Parts: sequence; C-alpha cells; structure tokens
Amino acid sequence: MSGTRAPSDGRIDRNRPLSFTFDGRAMTGFAGDTLASALMANGVDVIGRGIYTGRPRGIVAAGVEEPNAIVQVERADGVSEPSLRATTVELEEGLRVQSLAGRGRLESPGDAVDAGRFDARYAHCDVLVVGGGPAGLAAALAAGRSGARTILVDADTELGGTLLGTRDELDREPALDWVRAAAGELAALPETTILLRATAIAYHDHQDILVAERRPDARTEGRLWHIRAGQVVLATGAHERLIVFADNDRPGIMLASAALTYLHRYGVVPGQRAVIYTTNDSTRTAAAELTEAGIEIVDVVDSRDGRAVSGSEGGDRLEAVVVDGERRGCDLLLVSGGWNPVVHLFSQSRGSLRWDDGLATYLPERAVQATHVAGSANGVFDLDGCLREGAAVGARAAAEAGFGDGRPPVMPAADGGTAIGRVAPIWFVPAPEGETAEARMFVDLERDATVADIRRATGAGLASIEHIKRYTTIGTAGDQGKTSGVVASAVAAALLGQEPGALGVPTFRAPYVPISFAFIAGRDRGALSDPIRTTSIQPWHVAHGAVFEDVGQWKRPRFFPRAGESMDAAVLRECAAARTSVGVMDASTLGKIDLQGPDAGDFLDRVYTNGFAKLKVGSCRYGVMCRVDGMVFDDGVTSRLADDRFHMTTTTGNAAPVLDHLEEWLQTEWPELRVRATSVTEQWATVAVVGPRSRDVLAVLAPELDVSADGFPFMTWRESVVAGLPARVFRISFSGELAYEINVSTWHGLAMWEEVMAAGERFGITPYGTEAMHVLRAEKGYPIIGQETDGTVTPQDLGMEWVVSKTKPFIGSRSHRRAENRRPDRKQLVALLPLNPDALIPEGNQLVAAGTDLGSRPVPMIGHVTSSYRSAFLGRTFALALVRGGRERHGEAIVAPLADGTTIEAWITDPVVVDPDNARRDG
Amino acid sequence: MAELRRSPLEGVALGDGFREVPFLSQIDLRLNPADEGARGAVESVVGPLPLVPNTVHGGHDAAILWLGPDEWLVVGPPGSAADLERQLRDTIAAATDAGPVAIVDVSANRTTLELDHPDARAILAGGCSIDLHPRAFGPGRCAQTLVARAGVILWQLDDAPTYRLLVRPSFAAYLAEWLTDAIPD
Amino acid sequence: MLLITCPHCGPRDEVEFRYGGQAGVASPADPEALDDATWARYVFFRDNPKGPFAERWVHAAGCRRWFDAVRDTVTNQFLDPEPRR
Repeated sequence: MSGTRAPSDGRIDRNRPLSFTFDGRAMTGFAGDTLASALMANGVDVIGRGIYTGRPRGIVAAGVEEPNAIVQVERADGVSEPSLRATTVELEEGLRVQSLAGRGRLESPGDAVDAGRFDARYAHCDVLVVGGGPAGLAAALAAGRSGARTILVDADTELGGTLLGTRDELDREPALDWVRAAAGELAALPETTILLRATAIAYHDHQDILVAERRPDARTEGRLWHIRAGQVVLATGAHERLIVFADNDRPGIMLASAALTYLHRYGVVPGQRAVIYTTNDSTRTAAAELTEAGIEIVDVVDSRDGRAVSGSEGGDRLEAVVVDGERRGCDLLLVSGGWNPVVHLFSQSRGSLRWDDGLATYLPERAVQATHVAGSANGVFDLDGCLREGAAVGARAAAEAGFGDGRPPVMPAADGGTAIGRVAPIWFVPAPEGETAEARMFVDLERDATVADIRRATGAGLASIEHIKRYTTIGTAGDQGKTSGVVASAVAAALLGQEPGALGVPTFRAPYVPISFAFIAGRDRGALSDPIRTTSIQPWHVAHGAVFEDVGQWKRPRFFPRAGESMDAAVLRECAAARTSVGVMDASTLGKIDLQGPDAGDFLDRVYTNGFAKLKVGSCRYGVMCRVDGMVFDDGVTSRLADDRFHMTTTTGNAAPVLDHLEEWLQTEWPELRVRATSVTEQWATVAVVGPRSRDVLAVLAPELDVSADGFPFMTWRESVVAGLPARVFRISFSGELAYEINVSTWHGLAMWEEVMAAGERFGITPYGTEAMHVLRAEKGYPIIGQETDGTVTPQDLGMEWVVSKTKPFIGSRSHRRAENRRPDRKQLVALLPLNPDALIPEGNQLVAAGTDLGSRPVPMIGHVTSSYRSAFLGRTFALALVRGGRERHGEAIVAPLADGTTIEAWITDPVVVDPDNARRDG
Repeated sequence: MAELRRSPLEGVALGDGFREVPFLSQIDLRLNPADEGARGAVESVVGPLPLVPNTVHGGHDAAILWLGPDEWLVVGPPGSAADLERQLRDTIAAATDAGPVAIVDVSANRTTLELDHPDARAILAGGCSIDLHPRAFGPGRCAQTLVARAGVILWQLDDAPTYRLLVRPSFAAYLAEWLTDAIPD
Repeated sequence: MLLITCPHCGPRDEVEFRYGGQAGVASPADPEALDDATWARYVFFRDNPKGPFAERWVHAAGCRRWFDAVRDTVTNQFLDPEPRR
C-alpha cells in the first residue's frame, strides 16, 4: 500500500486545496503541504530513479537531507527550476512537477524568463541564531530579551523545528503553544528580527553568514542576506541517518522521524504495515503513535537486542523485509540508524569536530570564531536539555556581545520528550550471500553509491576520507551526503579495520543547500551587472551614432561611422582628418592627479624614470613610471602648475592604481616628503583637438590666447578662457600632430565639445574614437600601457632610453641594471611592414624568423604582434611587435604564421613609421 | 556660465525618494592636523575640522567631512568654491607658522544624490556593507564606502534618516539606476 | 568576506581594501651597493608562512591609508586587535 491522507490531523489547511500535476497526472494537496507530503498523500511511491542503477526511489526524509525526491518544478508562470528537493518545495497552485533521472533542465519551456526579483541585504547583529527549533527559540528569547540586536533565521515556513512533527508537551500543554508564544514575544522585540524560509547556507570567515531567504516580500522571489554577526548560535538540529543493508533503497524505506513528521505535521499516513528498525531511543514512542494512526506494527527490530534487517523485497514499493533471516511482510520500514548533528556551518566556520562513541557521530569540539552550539546540533537530544542549553547559550552569547548578565531565562519543563540514549550503531548489515550483495547496499542514494564502491576505493589503497569521497563520489551530490557522510566514513573505517570515528568526515562546503544562480546574482543583472561609466560628453556621442567599446568600465566611442560606412573606412577617414585637417577626441577618461606640496618635484623625480624637479612652471613633460622590478607600469604627461603643484595624467585604466602607488610610496617609504596626491580625474573633462588646423580652431575659441608656435610652444600649458569657459589648455600630442588638450570642469565638458565642433566646422572637424587614436599613436611608435606592455617590458625594451635618467635613482632604477634586464636578446619594440601592403597581421600573432621550418616542434617563436592597423597616411598596413633582439634586426624579414596555416611576411623597422623627425607637431 | 553647466544626472529620470543636488561646491583639503599653524589658518576660514574619523561638522548648506587623518572635504553651496579656495590660499600664505596645505577644487569631481525615503536604511543595506543601524551610524556621520559597485561618500544628514551620496559623475547614472530599482513603487 | 579593521575607519568589508603583501620588508638603503642576486631577493622574494603573517593593506575605497596587520594564514583571524598605522 502507498501513502494516504489521514482523515484529520496535521498543520495543513484542508479548506484550501491546491491542484498540481506530477508527470502529467492531476493531483490535489493542501496549503501547508510540501510537494513531498502532497505526493505521498496522493499515493506516489516512486519519485526518482537511481542515476546509474535506474532503481526506483521514494521519499526518505522530510527536510533538506532528502536524497531521492528530486524533481523539476514548473510554476504556473512557466518558469521551470531543476533539481529541487520535493521535501523543501512549498506546494502552490498550478505546479507542474516532473520526476528526474539524474539531470534537470535549465531551460524553461517556451523560453519563459524568470522575471522573479532577487536581491541582497547586508545586516549586522549582536547575536545570530540559526534554527528556530526548541534550542534556537530559547537562545533567541535569551538574546532578544537582553536588548542585543538579534536575528533568528529558520529554513521552514514556521518556527518550531522538530516540534512541528511531534506531540511533545511543555508544562503539560502542547509544545506548539509555547512556540507560538515565543514567536509572538520575539516578533514584538524592537531589536529582534525573525526570518522564515531563510536557510543559512554559508558561515565564512569573520562571522560572515549568508542566508538565502525565499519570498521575503510580495515583489521579491529571493533575498541573499550577508549577515555580519557578533556572536552566532547554531541550533541547527540533527539529521537522522539510514542503515545500510542489501536493497535498502526501496520506496517505503524511510527515516523514522520523517514518517512521524508526515503523520503529525502533514496528516499523511505513509503506509499500512510497518517494521521499525532502530539503534536508539528516539523511536521509543513511534510504535504507539503509528498504531494510533491505524498503522499495523509488524516488528520492532532493535540493534541493541542484536537483531538486524538484512534485506528487502518488492518492486516499486516495499513488500517485505528480512529480519534475522525471516521474511516480514510490510510496506513501510522506519529506520533510525542514529543521528548526525548538523555541524555543517560549524565546520565551515573552521570549528573542529570530535567523534562521540555514545552517540556514534561527530560533534562540535572547538570553535575558532565566536560560535556557540545548542541542542541536538551539539548532541543534546532531549527536549528539556535543548531548551536549557539554548537559553544558556543565548544568554552567554548576548553577554559576550555586551548585553545582559549572561543568566539564562527560565524555560518551561518538558515531560520527558524525545531522547536517543546510547546509540548502538550498525554501519552495514552483511548479507547472507556475501560481498556480491554489497553492490545493492546503498550508502549514498543520490549518487547511487554502495558499499561495493567503498570497498573498491579502500582496495585501491585509499585510506583518507577525502580521497574515498572523490573516488566513490559519495557526498558529492546536491545533498552533500547529509544522511550518508558519517555512514560512509564508518563503513570505510570498518573495511580498513579501523574504529568508526577514525577517518573523520570530508570538509563541509558552502552552500549548505543548493541555491540558484539568481540568488547569487541578485540585482546585479542587465544594466546593473556592472557600472557603465560615461563622460560628460556622452550625450553627444550617442546622438551622433558613435560605436562604443568597453575600456574597463568606461564606454568610449570607438569610431563615428557615417551612414553605410564600415569600421575600416570610418577609421581611415578619421585618421586622415587628424593628419590633414583637424580631428577631435573625448579624452576625459584619462586619469588625473593633483600633486601639491613643496617636495612634489622631488617626489616626481623618484616615481618617474625621468626628471621633473627642474620642469618649469607652465611646462609639460612626458614621463614613464616603473614598478620596483623595473617594468613599465604607467605613462602620461605631467605639467607644472606652480612651484609646488603639478597636474599628472595617467592612462585610463591605471587612474586608481597609480594613485594607490603614489600613496603607498608617500605613506610607507617617504613619509618625510611633503606632498599630497588628490584624484581629479572627473573634475576635468578633456577635449583633444588634433591636426594641422587645430591651431585655427583654438584661435577662434580663445581670441585672447596667443596660439602661435612661439607664443604657445609644444609641451607647455596655458590657463585661459576658451569659448567663454575657464580652461587649462595643454599643448601635448598623442598623435604626432599639432594638438591641444582643452580641460574644463566636467560640468562644462559637453558645452566645450559643442563649441569646438562649431568652431571647427569650417575646417571639416572630424570627431574620432579610440580606434583612430590607437592608429595615430602607433604610427608614431607610442606604446599603449597594457597593449605593448604586459608587466615584463622595460622602458629600454620599448626603445625609450631617452626617458630613463642615468643620474638619479627612481623606483625601478636598480632593476634596470640587473643583467637579466640588459640582455641583448630581450623582446624589443619594433614596427613590422608586411610585404603585401594589404595584409593585416592579427594582434597577438606569434612571429618566427624568416626561413623557420614551421613543421618543427616546438616552432621557435621570436616575438609577437602587439598592435596592427591600416594606416591612411602610409596607404598600407603596419604593426607594432615585441621581437627578440629586435633593434638589431631592423631591415630583416620576419614571418607571422597565422592560425589558418598561411603566413604573412614583413620587414622589421624602427617603431616610428610616420614623421620620425617630428616635423608635424608644430602644424 | 550657469546655462552651459550640465550636471551628471541632468535629464535622467530618477525614481521617487531621491534627487540630485547638483553643483555643490567641494574643496578637498589635505594637511597635517598636528600642524597648529596650518590647522589654525584653515579653521579661521572654514571652522573647526572634525578630527574624529568619519564624522561631519555642519549640515545641509555647509559642512566639513572627515575623509582621512589628513584629508577633509569642505562642502558648500553652488558657486562658492572659487572664493573659498582663494580665501584659504590667502590665509595660509599669510600665516607664517603654517606648514603646507593642499587645496583642490573638486566640485565637479562628484555629484550629490540625496536619499529621503522612509526605507532609506533598508534601501542602502541592499548594497552597502557598513552598519547603518542608529546605534552605529547616525546624523553627522560619513563614510567612504561602496554602494553596490560604486564608490561613494555616504553622509547621514538627519534622523529621518536623510542620506547624501557623493559619487563620481561617471558612476552617477549607474547609482541612480540602482537606487531607482531598489525603491519600491 | 574578511572583515578588516582599518585603524582609522574601523571594521570594513574586505572589498574596500587592497592587499600589499608582506609587511616590514625594508627597502635597501643603497640599492646600487647590492649585487643582482641580493637585489632580486628583495624585489621578488616574500615569506609565505603557515600561521601568523604581518602584512600590509590599504583602505583603498575608504580613507586610502596604508597600515600593517598580523593575520593567521590558517584561520584568517587577525591577531593584533589594533592594526598599526
């Protein structure tokens, strides 16, 4: 016989029926049911199949420890979720449930998108209590009454824990009356928060506990709490465990406590004829309670009497068990192999565990963090003891957090309640036919792994439980071996001839229960998945059809295509404009740092490879920064604003790292230097006006400014009024052309850009993006940090000895003199001119010497391409590359073997391929 | 020039419960607080500097925020930065016993969002890991921290609680969208 | 997520900090006086102990101050109650 609904009893609402389907069959349950209790009430025996054996499997447990009842659940809105445990799914109207054989489906039918909202919440408290059973409630009352900020989390839909599935009494009243009163009191405490449907899934370092809360409010599907708790009380309870014997996986074999929970909490009669197989006192009242529900008790097999169940018979439902060699007809076997305290979070917190012989399990031993354990999680299994320990631990935790005097509040008295006494464990029951039956003795039901698998592991010489876990996969399924881990360890120990506690248990990993990626992502989806940083000029770029590229978090215009124009054509046009007339680029993303103080010049001498202390006020200088290992870290132009003030620019990507670098040296190495560094990256918008006609544009905008070549020379800057706006104008160039970088307040960035566009119209001013910028600078052999450099490139490798002082120490200077960094065969920057002027070598391509046998292995590579473009100015392609001993190879041929098997041959030249004499920069 | 100014969130639709307070004047001050000459000169212009970390002197219209053991942010009404900077420089130059003080106008370096919503604390706790409980963070407190993925200066103005979030212009649209999404309709 | 105590701002989440490696590694007073091997040892070699480790952190998203703290690399617990500035 299968399960049926009892005519009364249970905490379900029989006035609220709910329809659902299971594998297409229409069924009805009630509000308050789990999917598992509803399936059982509808007579469903087989919910899943063994993933390897295909054997039928039914419901074993009533909570998160369930290894079998794993289903795909499609909600009424069409969203489908795989691999849910039916024991933890609240029944709701319209669920479509399918059994699974091993794997679920991520896709929802009809492409339904999970529109459910998930979010995150940071919380801080003095005392966090995990678990709302008797021990946790007592702890929360003790902590909450002290005034401590207390959070109580429980995975269930209501407080009470195991009391929800028993008929225990407190002070001779139903224990659930006390639960209701306690919940009411806690809810009324101003500094106490109760989270239901909230599973603590991880206990990380420094009291960081993650809690996954389902349906926190009407508009939110799930919330991931990050709780930083002063003290933590773990009242996480215990999981009953199975006993391993041949064919111990048949539907109808379930945990004894689960059967009673289905009976009392859900009003489901799980079978008609029961055998109880126990090792301890926790099943003491089970026979009476089952009898009262009309279930016939066939036998009570107690390991302490030397009796054992050694096998089972049946098909999709249990029909009989073998007790001491005799067949006993039954459709239900209730098993209590002992209890495993839920020490997962304690173990995650780095607390150590110890084996307890009397309880035949692992218990918390020593906490590393501010962690307290109470109730059955701590090996206390009687109700009275749980209440008292909970109250004591809650009061102590509060006191350690600075609240209350540490004296526990008085708790009601339990009338005996459930206790387990001494456990006489049976790890696996030998079968009469010998070892061949071990392939049917299931240790981990979810992984379909058996005693035979463990014997293979130990037979292969494995003696560590971590190795045995990986060899057998026991404990690696979604249930993480909640019912099987301790059993597996003891079975392995037995096969190795060791004591049950000898091997320990594998490390417990977060999360305690599986959670969906949606929980983890929270609101960090779509537009909020990562900040999109834009400059003040962005509205113009968007309005004028810019194609953007991501530069870190920045969106920068890559090029501005005209109607129907390809990227190649647009970039060639933009480059040509900058070299023949005038172009304009938004350079606002460059990092900018204001340096002030009497020692600023001295400081710059130390952080740049070249000298700045003697730079004149009003002048600018290009500088290169190295790390202490001598490798190029950043570059940029720094200008002297006053004797004691400089304006430094950094590359876009290094704005924050350079500031940290400066602060590091100022604070930790040279605190005597009187210099302050302040980021002004976003104080200033930067409009770069570039090309032979840029002077004309500036002259229109700043009639009072002397823009002549002599009046405003290269590498100087002027404070001026441009287009009526206060501005700093820097005459610097990243293209080799005459160019001005106009800096105005970010508030004025868009206005300045529009003024420049208007003033430049008569010259055909052309906005250009990062792609043209890259081509223009590459034509001049200017490196891009992070493109030509990768943390292994010195300034000398880039051919920039001219920027490296030989007369002063600077960060990295000693490293430049290391023999390793002076080897003539280091990779050095060169330009490559393909013999075929249309051939474009892919960036990143490896290079080999001309004449290399490409059939040899390994192919001797002598360099790689860092940048590669089409040059409008040269009317051909070119590339920059790092090539071993490249400076000595100018004029030689080199070969780029492409991924498609073809090759491109190129000449090696000096990296400056346009205007090597800098004749163009004065316009 | 006011008509040419454009604040980072101009034209951006914001949810209820917060707004942009654009163009506040902001001066970043760096000095050694043990340098009594320098501190005296600065305080003669702006008033006493808060020396307790993460605290604020002043309120809505004018305030000084502690940013670091040698760094403060002076916040004032729009348009007041240039005068204040000049006054500070002149006063320090005249003080013969004052060591170096770094003064930087950073008014455009951050914009300000003002969050005035009954659930402000919970809204921020959706993306800010510092403890905002009244026992830990109240009016007159500030913190440089992260809200979601944006660095901010978080500043509590009053018991309502009203908060200000000072954020880089390039992150302002992201933060505004995050707040809009966080606030229930 | 570690909770790191900034000596100025108090406890903050790890994401606000940047790690600076081993603390107390003195910069050589006269790098030019060192041979290549000794200099390379200073540049590239750091301790990696199992147990207490003095290391540097900067409160990058906060007050931008560098400080030293001793962390047990086995338990991640910080051992000095007040990190040194």
